[in-house]
Amino acid sequence: MKLTRREFIKTNAIAAAATTAGMSIPGVALAAAPEGQDGVRWDKGVCRYCGTGCGVLVGVKDGRVVATQGDPDAPVNKGLNCVKGYFLSKIQYGKDRLMRPLLRMKDGKFDKNGEFAPISWDAAFDIMAQKVKATIKNPDQGPFGVSMFGSGQWTVWEGYAANKLMKAGFRSNSIDPNARHCMASAVFGFIRTFGADEPMGVYDDIEHADAFVLWGANMAEMHPILWSRVTNRRLTATHVKVNVLSTFTHRSCELADAELIFNPQSDLAILNYICNYIIQSGKVNKDFVAKHVNFHKGVTDIGYGLRPNHPLEQVAGNNGYPGADGKPKGNPMNSSPITFDEFARFVSEYTLDKTHEISGVPKDKLEALAKTYADPKTKVTSFWTMGFNQHTRGTWVNNMIYNVHLLVGKISEPGNSPFSLTGQPSACGTAREVGTFAHRLPADMLVANPQHREFAEKTWKLPAGTISERIGYHAVLQSRMLKDGKIGFYWTSTTNNMQAGPNVNGEIYPGWRNPKAFVVVSDVYPTVSALSADLILPCAMWMEKEGAFGNAERRGQFWRQQVKAPGEGKSDLWQYMEFSKRFKVEEVWPADLLAKAPEYKGKTLYDVLDANGQCDMYPKSECARVNAHAWANYTNDESDAFGYYVQKGLFEEYRRFGLGKGKDLGEFDTYHKVRGLRWPVVNGKETLWRYREGYDPYIKAGETLKFYGKPDGKAVIFALPYQPAAEMPDKDYDLWLCTGRVLEHWHSGSMTRRVPELYKSFPDAVVWMHPKDAEKRGIKRNDVVKVSTRRGEIELRVDTKGRNKMPEGMVFIPFFDEHRLVNKLTLDATCPISKETDFKKCAAKVVKA
Amino acid sequence: MDNENKPSAAARRQFLADTARMACGVGLLGLGVGLYARHARALPPAAIRPPGALPETEFSAACIRCGLCVRDCPFDILHLAKPEEPISTGTPYFVARQVPCEMCEDIPCVKACPTGALDHFLKDINKSKMGLAVLVDHETCLNFLGLRCDICYRVCPVIDKAITLDRQVNARTGRHTHFIPVVHSDHCTGCGKCEKACPTEVASIKVFPLYMAKGQLSSHYRLGWVEKEKAGGSLVAPDVEHRYNLPEGMKYESGKGLSPSVPSAPAPASPPGSGSGLPRALQGSKL
Repeated sequence: MKLTRREFIKTNAIAAAATTAGMSIPGVALAAAPEGQDGVRWDKGVCRYCGTGCGVLVGVKDGRVVATQGDPDAPVNKGLNCVKGYFLSKIQYGKDRLMRPLLRMKDGKFDKNGEFAPISWDAAFDIMAQKVKATIKNPDQGPFGVSMFGSGQWTVWEGYAANKLMKAGFRSNSIDPNARHCMASAVFGFIRTFGADEPMGVYDDIEHADAFVLWGANMAEMHPILWSRVTNRRLTATHVKVNVLSTFTHRSCELADAELIFNPQSDLAILNYICNYIIQSGKVNKDFVAKHVNFHKGVTDIGYGLRPNHPLEQVAGNNGYPGADGKPKGNPMNSSPITFDEFARFVSEYTLDKTHEISGVPKDKLEALAKTYADPKTKVTSFWTMGFNQHTRGTWVNNMIYNVHLLVGKISEPGNSPFSLTGQPSACGTAREVGTFAHRLPADMLVANPQHREFAEKTWKLPAGTISERIGYHAVLQSRMLKDGKIGFYWTSTTNNMQAGPNVNGEIYPGWRNPKAFVVVSDVYPTVSALSADLILPCAMWMEKEGAFGNAERRGQFWRQQVKAPGEGKSDLWQYMEFSKRFKVEEVWPADLLAKAPEYKGKTLYDVLDANGQCDMYPKSECARVNAHAWANYTNDESDAFGYYVQKGLFEEYRRFGLGKGKDLGEFDTYHKVRGLRWPVVNGKETLWRYREGYDPYIKAGETLKFYGKPDGKAVIFALPYQPAAEMPDKDYDLWLCTGRVLEHWHSGSMTRRVPELYKSFPDAVVWMHPKDAEKRGIKRNDVVKVSTRRGEIELRVDTKGRNKMPEGMVFIPFFDEHRLVNKLTLDATCPISKETDFKKCAAKVVKA
Repeated sequence: MDNENKPSAAARRQFLADTARMACGVGLLGLGVGLYARHARALPPAAIRPPGALPETEFSAACIRCGLCVRDCPFDILHLAKPEEPISTGTPYFVARQVPCEMCEDIPCVKACPTGALDHFLKDINKSKMGLAVLVDHETCLNFLGLRCDICYRVCPVIDKAITLDRQVNARTGRHTHFIPVVHSDHCTGCGKCEKACPTEVASIKVFPLYMAKGQLSSHYRLGWVEKEKAGGSLVAPDVEHRYNLPEGMKYESGKGLSPSVPSAPAPASPPGSGSGLPRALQGSKL
């Protein structure tokens, strides 16, 4: 049905007249029913892509998502979407959806070198269970050799169920989200500085800021709707200034009042210079600093997160790797208290001259930026994403941006906001809040902390000692452990590490194809990861399951299952719960642990973890009751399969972790009615600016501000130096290689590449380079070139114009293109603290192909 | 969509003319048929000539249908018109929505042309004028609707010159911006990348022949702010300093108007939709 504008006006006019006359017009009454005149049922949902969390309305007809619209009542986007969001209704319907489990087989049996052939779910779970049990028994592998890799695209309950199955069921902490590649540095920055994860501010900061500073964030392309808000602020308040810091000129620079292009890695120096400027010019907010800040000096000799035999690691004294005596060499996290004066002395070496020399940024621009932060009258919102986080000093650089904001007290109030953005729809909601990292538990708790383990064990009704105190294998370590034969069972979902992970040639591919490992990929399309696996499981995606995501401003948003998954596709939640039925507790737990809970003898992991009297406490009828406002007799596939409202049970159990700890989530039922809630939600009220009296319910009257993540309520300013990158251009590999994204495609493109219009709009990755760099190598725009590093090579076309303008000596390649895997080239150097890879810096060369 | 792009109608007359031309080589048949062909023929709007093509009538006359430009196009973009198409048979063209011009720096198609139908004086591909992109449908362009697409802008090889984004307040949301794509004819080459990449079902931006796409202002009026910028200052003697009767504590500045003379805290954001942001005339310039 298509209403023309004139018809629409007419219909409304008739309706108005009819109302006045007390009549009822049939056509008009129909429009108010849950299904429109065209038979489309609309319900609220959330965009599937980035961390902005745009609300959408999803239109379903005949069991199929036929249309979407930006939700005009969603506070984040008010009816708008980016062009990827415009095509949301097509992402579930790519022609090559996976329909059945596929196992590599030869002669009817599993064979690592066999061809993929369809099998039943039953047979798939059989071989998986066999491999898990064998791995746990293998002295070379053990429980931690059972390993899982997920993402910030898991729904909240999927991440929660996975976390529980791994850490409590298999007693393996080797579960990590691909968020490790994305915002682990932001997490460690938050924890180290504030003792609590996630931003203090909200998107409303945008409408209150006088100045914006982007640090390694191309919001114009990667957060299109938030950028639309930033631009509006710039447009409607003429005093507002936008500063963009980057290693190359990109689309966000177009709005910039000041564009600061700096040499890779020199952001560390610039941040110290700003602190130095603030101190030298007497602009320190002394009262704030005295009340709310401690000073620490961090250890520096922390290495680069490479394999222990790498020369850079052998000389590092504080990388935490085993030394010659077998004991860990220090700990990169360590720091010791210092005074303000000592901090001032520490940053004093970062003079304007020296910083200019390191960064290459003109002095007047550096000084103007420092003044922006220093001026007490200018409210500054800093945004950052991968430029900061994907950095071998990623935790440091996150700490250091807080240094700046804390020195001038510009934090936790409208417009004054250091704001770490996220790139996945539930990086915050699932990866961080649920704690699906190898070192975490829900609500900022840690596996290494005995009280936290005890809390988790009690909440999960498990015997003491169930959860291991050892940190599991993080993303990059998983790849290495696979290659080294230490992981025997590896299960990934909602992620595509063979495309998105670093050093595919050197680590990931050899690891996955190692005969000692059995690799399972749960996915919806045959991604390069799926094709590299031993077993592929077909999944339900997005609106094919009930879900919850948490966006970058702490907003949790729920949706109902709208349609069925095609073929034999099942949600990850169903997969984890159903798979847990394959294990008797005694098969995966040691006898002494089971002796502490004899009532669990003979029970399955499903009985212990899911049917535990908590997760299964809401009967199936709750589905219909809770969602009656949306449509009658609602149910979902998991609740049908297990016989109770699975999602509600899991969520309400999960919620217990955060209550009273500043991580309070709202009640399950409420989320199904509202356009999201921003936590902490206390007494039904949301929190806008955390740590600030009046806004944050945890701050008592008279306290003004308190960083209550830290025992003494004070945040930490860290003295940390500038240090060079792990690999820099030299005579053999003479260019910096930086990787990233484009607006048209989301991450590895497994969804957007299947939307014909988006595919067409940017079909193949290109390498952007400076025209002079091209000319020097006899390369013309559009020529096919070979880009190589010490780890591999790819061929693609050159662009010397267009959206990204590279400085000389640097090239940029996006990672969306499965035919041109830029991660064959990248180096798996990580921040030694956060273990997040630096995808932005390695040395490459370009020659004409 | 094929109908939209494949020139199909009214081919017969042209076919006859072209057949005659081909039969007689390069216009040997004489003026009669030649002139007839020149006037009867209007290139269908979707068919775009290669870079450097002479104006259509001259091009048709000069092109010997040798196909060398098609052969040398490294991206296989150019076709030779077939007899059933309403384009001079055997002449080269491309359809932007199918495959646009890649704008090769060394312009091999022009180099290949033996007759100058593709003008050999064209050395810089950025100076070519194959056509002009026009944002034809404001009702369907996603950016006009407030969404963040701007694919045409980013895909443009002459980004920020041939297409810019004009920023306007989204009065409906009060918080967002319309990024309106504006095509600048002085830089648009008509390569068609924008039309090809436009994600709406029917392209909202299309490349048309210049004569169809381009309007023209009359010479009796000039844009004051443009003229001033060109001249680097006022075209007449600069304005003198004005002085005003004002109450205590107020100042009045030319262009800014009335304000307190004591500097105050930065102004709050203007209410949604009030339109009190930058004056329209300033919005095009770098903010």
